[in-house]
Amino acid sequence: MLKRSLAAALLVTASLVPAHAAKTTLVLGMAVEPPGLDPTVAAPVAIREVTYANLYEGLVRIDREGKVQPLLAKSWEVAPDGLTYTFRLQTGVKFHDGTAFDSADVKFAFDRARAPTSTNAQKQIFAPIDAIETPDPATVVIKLKEPSGNFLYYLGWGDASIVAPETAENNKANPVGTGPFKFKAWNRGDRVELVRNADYWQPGKVKLDSVTFRFINDPQAQVAAVRAGDVDAFPNIGAPELFADLKKDSRFTAVAGNTEGEIVAGLNNAKKPFDDVRVRRALMHAIDRKTLIEGAYSGFGQPIGTHFSPNHPAFTDQTKAIPFDQAKAKALLQEAGYGNGLSLTIKSPQMAYASRSAELMAAMLSEVGVELKIVPTEFPAKWIEEVFRNKDFDMTIVAHAEPLDVDIYARDTYYFNYKNEKLKAAVAAASKTPDEKARFAQYAEAQKILAEDVPALFLFQLPKLGVWNAKLKGLWENTPIPSNDVTEAYWVD
Amino acid sequence: MNAPATIAVTRPRRLRWNLPLVVGGILTTLLIGVALLSLVWTPEVPTRVRVALRLRGPLEAGLLGTDHFGRDVVSLLMAGAWNSLAVAWPAVLLGAAIGIAVGCAAAALRGIFDEIVMRASDVVFAFPAVLSAIMIGALLGSGPTAAILAIAVFNVPVFARVTRGVALQVWTFDYIAAARALGKHPLRITWEDVLPNIAGVLIVQATIQLALAILTEAGLSYLGLGVRPPNPSWGRMLSDAQTYLSQAPHLAIAPGVAIALSVLGLNLLGDGLRDALDPTLRNRGR
Amino acid sequence: MLRLIASRTASLLVTLLAVSAAIFLILEVLPGDPAAIMLGTAAREDTLAALRLELGLDRPAPERYLAWIGGMLRGDFGISLTYRMPVSTLIAERLAVTIPLSLLAILISTLIAIPLGVLAAARRDGAADRAVLVFSQVGVAVPNFWIGILFILLFATGLGWFPAGGFPGWQAGFGPALKALVLPAFALALPQAAVLTRVTRSATLDVIGADFVRTARAKGVPAGQTLRRHVVPNALIPVATILGLQLSFVFGGAILVENVFNLPGLGRLAFQALAQRDLVVIKDVVLLFAAIVIAVNFLVDIAYLVLDPRLRSRA
Repeated sequence: MLKRSLAAALLVTASLVPAHAAKTTLVLGMAVEPPGLDPTVAAPVAIREVTYANLYEGLVRIDREGKVQPLLAKSWEVAPDGLTYTFRLQTGVKFHDGTAFDSADVKFAFDRARAPTSTNAQKQIFAPIDAIETPDPATVVIKLKEPSGNFLYYLGWGDASIVAPETAENNKANPVGTGPFKFKAWNRGDRVELVRNADYWQPGKVKLDSVTFRFINDPQAQVAAVRAGDVDAFPNIGAPELFADLKKDSRFTAVAGNTEGEIVAGLNNAKKPFDDVRVRRALMHAIDRKTLIEGAYSGFGQPIGTHFSPNHPAFTDQTKAIPFDQAKAKALLQEAGYGNGLSLTIKSPQMAYASRSAELMAAMLSEVGVELKIVPTEFPAKWIEEVFRNKDFDMTIVAHAEPLDVDIYARDTYYFNYKNEKLKAAVAAASKTPDEKARFAQYAEAQKILAEDVPALFLFQLPKLGVWNAKLKGLWENTPIPSNDVTEAYWVD
Repeated sequence: MNAPATIAVTRPRRLRWNLPLVVGGILTTLLIGVALLSLVWTPEVPTRVRVALRLRGPLEAGLLGTDHFGRDVVSLLMAGAWNSLAVAWPAVLLGAAIGIAVGCAAAALRGIFDEIVMRASDVVFAFPAVLSAIMIGALLGSGPTAAILAIAVFNVPVFARVTRGVALQVWTFDYIAAARALGKHPLRITWEDVLPNIAGVLIVQATIQLALAILTEAGLSYLGLGVRPPNPSWGRMLSDAQTYLSQAPHLAIAPGVAIALSVLGLNLLGDGLRDALDPTLRNRGR
Repeated sequence: MLRLIASRTASLLVTLLAVSAAIFLILEVLPGDPAAIMLGTAAREDTLAALRLELGLDRPAPERYLAWIGGMLRGDFGISLTYRMPVSTLIAERLAVTIPLSLLAILISTLIAIPLGVLAAARRDGAADRAVLVFSQVGVAVPNFWIGILFILLFATGLGWFPAGGFPGWQAGFGPALKALVLPAFALALPQAAVLTRVTRSATLDVIGADFVRTARAKGVPAGQTLRRHVVPNALIPVATILGLQLSFVFGGAILVENVFNLPGLGRLAFQALAQRDLVVIKDVVLLFAAIVIAVNFLVDIAYLVLDPRLRSRA
């Protein structure tokens, strides 16, 4: 067995590596260190940014276009009623510890994620599941209680990664998956090292021998590390003010793409004066998104008029719904009875994009007679407690990083305190419609409702300012799913 | 840095002028003057955002240029002076009030109370100031109140120890022992005899603690725990400047100079006052 | 003497206990549910409840306090809520940055301060003395994080001699790791050097005025030799004790400087753990900081007792 895989590896190496070998190691920079390495038990994006597709794999995956692609499931059938999904699994797949992958692992992973004691951050993925059957090692049948339009898409998230019963408990510190890279070392506060999995089930799929994720929090240090060559790639650099310089530098490829993060100034819709749609619209009219992006993110970032990622195929542009118009803003405030001015507070987290946006919004709102007091609110600790859980706020500002999260406006208990039956209907219909075209039409409807009703001030899509060595190819420009997928990365000379 | 001032107990005599006193006095007057002036006049409204004029160099827009929002740096510095004092001053006052009261009581009562005060101050001293300030910030939410309390907390034991130390010396004076023997209440002795005797020492200590408070406030607002934006503060200006270090290096200079000059002024004033009040200790440094 | 040391030791233990109780109480009233913070905006009620149970947050406070102290005594520092690894390992990794940084800073500050202080004392009231006094006044006034930023401006983004921040880790080799610590160590050292210079100067002046030095001079021993043989060694006793105290200031100052230079040290660990409400880590790190300060003060006290015969006889 060992001999065979060794021979295969040699064959692959021989066929792929040109005469003068290109580099096969990659050092990739990230701003935030993950607090653990198991995406199935915790929420932070940073976990996915190390592990997604690199270390763990799911039945399906999301590709760089945001589309669902087969992975551990080579194919699947959906029954006409949309309630039964039959997955045919890849065979010969092994976990990094050498144990074989089969249908029992899928059942274990999903049952673990949906158990009452599970701390999985996206339990709604598994909520529609009625039963999981494993007729044979290469087949999984999942029966749903109700049709779920996004079920396959959700199974492509890191939260639905397949883990093994033998090792799941220790995955936080010593992750074991089926991916093309396996865990080597983790120096807390500094780096995580992965090395190529020699037994990977798609031999020759990846070209790198090792990947090191380095954690550099300070934006200036990030740029310095890129310039010095200490990191080969920084897929999402935190220094928009320096990005223009990097774009001019021919040593690097610098691409401004989109993340899944919508930066929105959430309003407390249950509270006066935000229960009045005229006030909400007035506030939106008072915001000049272009200037805001210029001041808060050096001009990088796409203005948004609703809560939907431009990476998603169902995206529609809604920025024209309530454009920048100070006269209109004043008129609406007058109409709503706040012609003599209005005083509001905004609880703003310490992240640069948030605090800068808050300061700029305060300046813009003062132009239409609204005084905006800024209360710095430490994220996550204080913000989660005061804003997210206790809903004790007027306005706040934060990036919503989860993909396809328009349904947060349909949740009664969510911190916006927003209730709109039309929106709920559209979101519910979308989530139950397996047909793609019909589903996307429902999402378009939801986007339009939000754009006109402005339960939150929609500001801009957090850009993904990627910069990497010009000789490095195959990295993603956008992040339709939180990840730093390096499985297609390679070096040219 | 927190070492209690070690100057002999004397009644304040006529001030004797010396160089540190003059330089410190001028710098401190300047600081207070600028802070007060900022309340009525600054070249621009400090919080006025002009994105079109962002990151301009000195003299391109305003005397010292503009920051990342196009705000005028001179105006920000002036308003920052007020905000810095507005945290440092109440913090030291609060710390001094409690500390002096506790110190006097410890000196007057001695015994177990004295021991408790000393041990409690050990406990407070055990926490690095920045760390306890961060904890208080987490407790109360960041903002001026948290900063004031955090700085006040570590001023209490400083004043308590200094007060206790010098007050104990005063208590050994013959005429106080006599007053005591005559049945004068310790509270009255403290108020009428002890406090006037140690006032000079305490004023010197307060000046130095004010310098330390300005330094700490700057550190806290650098970490995002000081006065709230858009109120300008020197520490936050430096933290913003670090973000734009390669495009607008000038932003990193002025706020630091402002902090250093303010602290220098107050320290010199404190040293000068000490020398002026007690010439025998001149040139011994601290 | 022994009785005095015993009583100091007892008060050391009492202080430590009080500090630990204070830390625990503060963290008890700290707003913010660690489970909710860990789950963030994706939090759902079912997930939250499961996580609280897993973290043991449902147990009563006194029980958790005793468990914490008991664990510490056994050398078990607990498991970090966010990193999911033993806090002892976490702290050890961070100390590998903070301790070398602090020692380097102390070394630099000593190398600057002692020659300057002695020089100033030897040339009392001369030009050198005035220059040193100005240096020490300015040095005390300048915030260490600003020095850090200026260093980055000058030596990192400007001249490119040193990295602007970050730490490659000791496994990257001694050279690169040390290089990453040079600027932060100098930023930490300069204000401390200013304080130490003053102390050295006044301690040297005290010794110069002492009888035995006058006697040596009167016997015709050359000035330079007197300074080297008699003055400096004796002046170093108070300097050494201040140096001990400075270690705690350097530790505290490291929190800011580690933030400026983005170093994965103990100070940043405390700062981040607080933001994440990783209560287990905060408790341990704050107690560690406090314990170091208390221990150093204790050792300084004892050193004074041993070194200073006057105190000894009084005991």
